[in-house]
Amino acid sequence: MSAAPNATPAGAGQPHTQVGAPILRITALRKSYGTHEVLRGIDLDVARGEVVAIIGKSGSGKSTLLRCINGLEVFQHGSLIVDGRHLLHDNPKAMRELRQGVGMIFQNFNLFPHLSVGRNVMLAPHLVKRRPGPENAARARQLLARVGLAEKFDAMPDKLSGGQQQRVAIARALAMDPAILLCDEITSALDPELVGEVLRVVESLAEEGMTLLMVTHEMSFARKVADRVIFMHQGLVHEIGPPAEIFSAPRSPELRQFLSSLQD
Amino acid sequence: MPDFTLWDILRNLALAARWTVALSLAAFLGSAVVGLGLLLVRLAGGPWLGRAVGAYVQLFQGTPLLMQLFLLYFGLAAVGFDTSAWLAACVALTLYASAYLTEIWRGCVAAIPRGQWEASASLALSFGQQFRHIILPQALRIAVAPTVGFLVQVVKGTALASVIGFVELTKAGGMIANVTYEPMLTYGCVALLYFVLCFPISLSARLLERKLAMRTPA
Ligand SMILES: Nc1ncnc2c1ncn2[C@@H]1O[C@H](COP(=O)(O)OP(=O)(O)OP(=O)(O)O)[C@@H](O)[C@H]1O
Ligand SMILES: [Mg+2]
Repeated sequence: MSAAPNATPAGAGQPHTQVGAPILRITALRKSYGTHEVLRGIDLDVARGEVVAIIGKSGSGKSTLLRCINGLEVFQHGSLIVDGRHLLHDNPKAMRELRQGVGMIFQNFNLFPHLSVGRNVMLAPHLVKRRPGPENAARARQLLARVGLAEKFDAMPDKLSGGQQQRVAIARALAMDPAILLCDEITSALDPELVGEVLRVVESLAEEGMTLLMVTHEMSFARKVADRVIFMHQGLVHEIGPPAEIFSAPRSPELRQFLSSLQD
Repeated sequence: MPDFTLWDILRNLALAARWTVALSLAAFLGSAVVGLGLLLVRLAGGPWLGRAVGAYVQLFQGTPLLMQLFLLYFGLAAVGFDTSAWLAACVALTLYASAYLTEIWRGCVAAIPRGQWEASASLALSFGQQFRHIILPQALRIAVAPTVGFLVQVVKGTALASVIGFVELTKAGGMIANVTYEPMLTYGCVALLYFVLCFPISLSARLLERKLAMRTPA
């Protein structure tokens, strides 16, 4: 099982950080809502430390794919392994263990509005990891400092700007020491002037070796930070490769059309 | 018998009102426990159990409390259970109120954005932890007003226990009116006592709601 052939399609570039077994392995994943098949057989391996950007038209299944990876959506066929753990929907304990290794950042932040910033960050490590109080608080302060919000420990979420809230959400996810971080259009709900502060945090995570899987509409960011870019189309990984290839030498007409639609 | 003073009437009614309070408290507590249990079953128990709870709610909301009391009291006696009026009233009111409470609370839980469940699930919290630490504190705030509003209904609903012979405020009022020939005065006092019981509840609801709202300004 640990023999890890790189399952990227022929012609895709080799990510430069691929060492050892993939941290995420998705095999023949299919997912339907009723009769509507939204994911139609996804195969994807992500190596530890790799940064993968997912692009594609609205409705191509990008969010659904991310949400399958931490079990927020149930899929009907295929298998998914994160950090050696099989995703088993009907086993709550196995799901919780898997989710400890998978952080997720949402478009709408989803901070807990009744808890202070510090408590937002400390809650899950306290409940799930039983991290002792002083250590937990120190860790939360350190993570908040890392996202540039050291002084907001006692603030309530609704007192923060969108960009600040999103950075708290990142600190909250990091507090669980995830092996992989899923980001679903995490700057889409932000005012343009607040996008940069969040992207800078994500970029610093990428530099420090965090495994990132991010759905994004920020093409220049994907180009700069990603090791590989996935173009999804109609529920399939339509094209995959290093950003230089995907953005400068798209092979399929669908990707060419998608990229040109972004120009205007 | 003209030797009943207003004081006599009020004193006797107040004594009987203790049973109204006792019955209300028993029904509050019972229905809160049952209603919370039903809510959790509905949230986490899967489709079949959820449907069973739905049927329970429909059954107790769709029939008059009076009939529920009759059926429970006389029905249990008919099949050989010798129930007291007190026990029958407690059980009937608990069942009835729990059906309403569980439905009220389900609405409050549904008002919490799905993202709160999803964010807490993503952080590997169990269902119980999500409910206890994320959903409940937020739902509680919006549940206070409708819950207490309904509890006032329960206090007034205890009056129906008089029909199975349970001597609480209303039943005592009837008995006193019969001997004093002062129905207006007696029932006026009965109404006043119900108001005295219910008004503080409504008032505390409003205060509590304001306090909870203040903790997290929206
Ligand atoms: N809960 C749901 N029930 C039914 N259909 C759904 C549900 N969620 C998503 N879909 C459908 O699944 C398809 C893929 O949706 P998804 O949200 O994954 O797309 P996306 O690539 O993230 O799009 P966007 O760029 O707009 O976010 C769409 O056709 C959508 O209508
Ligand atoms: Mg999406």
